[in-house]
Amino acid sequence: MLVSKIRSREDAYRHDLRGYQAGFILAAILTIIPFALVASGTFSTIATLWVIGVIALIQIAVHIRYFLHVDLSPERREELYLMLFSGALVTLMIAGMLWLLFNLHTRMM
Amino acid sequence: MNVIARSLGLTWVAEYDHEHDRAASALSGFWLFMMSDLIIFGLMFATYVTMLTPMSFAGGPTPKELFELPGAALETAALLTSTYTFGMASLAIKFDRGLGKVKSWLLITLALGLVFLALEIREFAHMVAEGAVPQRSGFLSAFFGLVPLHGVHVTAGVTWLVMMLIQINRTGLTGSAKSRIARLALFWHFLDLIWVGIFSVVYLGGIA
Repeated sequence: MLVSKIRSREDAYRHDLRGYQAGFILAAILTIIPFALVASGTFSTIATLWVIGVIALIQIAVHIRYFLHVDLSPERREELYLMLFSGALVTLMIAGMLWLLFNLHTRMM
Repeated sequence: MNVIARSLGLTWVAEYDHEHDRAASALSGFWLFMMSDLIIFGLMFATYVTMLTPMSFAGGPTPKELFELPGAALETAALLTSTYTFGMASLAIKFDRGLGKVKSWLLITLALGLVFLALEIREFAHMVAEGAVPQRSGFLSAFFGLVPLHGVHVTAGVTWLVMMLIQINRTGLTGSAKSRIARLALFWHFLDLIWVGIFSVVYLGGIA
């Protein structure tokens, strides 16, 4: 009984450790790709910017999943909803501000 | 039980697990703070992006002239590694791996945080020496509003980390120390998440 308990705790430790390791390796890969792209300059500026943006969003998801431990499980619903709501607010404010100011910029030219 | 006790207002459920409930609601409160902070950063990012037009450079230095990939890469490496080492400290606490292990991982995290800050201060000093000061152009005002704001957060995190090291050195891993380190861990990982936005938008976006 005691042995199985220790083993399951040891398993839990290894499971958590693998989570951090996976997060670190994924984040490192998702960092190296855009840096390498910019350093080599293979793509056009616009294409590079798109790749940087998409990879940054994926890396943010990786950080949330593996470091902040927010996933789709019921125990993490509160944090997930809070993040989604804040994300929606931030998106509205950023998109609205950029739309408004760049529209104004075009009209002033 | 834990799931219910995690909720914010349901205090009657938590009568028989008071300490756990306190820790859980402190953590929920900290999530609220971080999300408000996220909105501040979001608006600084939006301001920065609107300041990326030739008019906002005001004849001053452009992002392409100012930013260098190696510096940004080193800062990113320091911060990303520190987030991993903080994860190791959290694991050592969660699975009772002993005070020594917790302390060493936290010290490594602290060292990496200081490396990050040193690199960043060196970069700012270099920019100021080149005449790229906040009052030079709208673009530079926005840059010095966004990136040092993150730097100030890291400085706060480093100070907090030092205080936690002093606390666990004196009293060991008490309940309050664990609860504070749990919040510091959230804060630290959150700062790395913000940095992903900064290196992508400011440095990579600027150089590309």
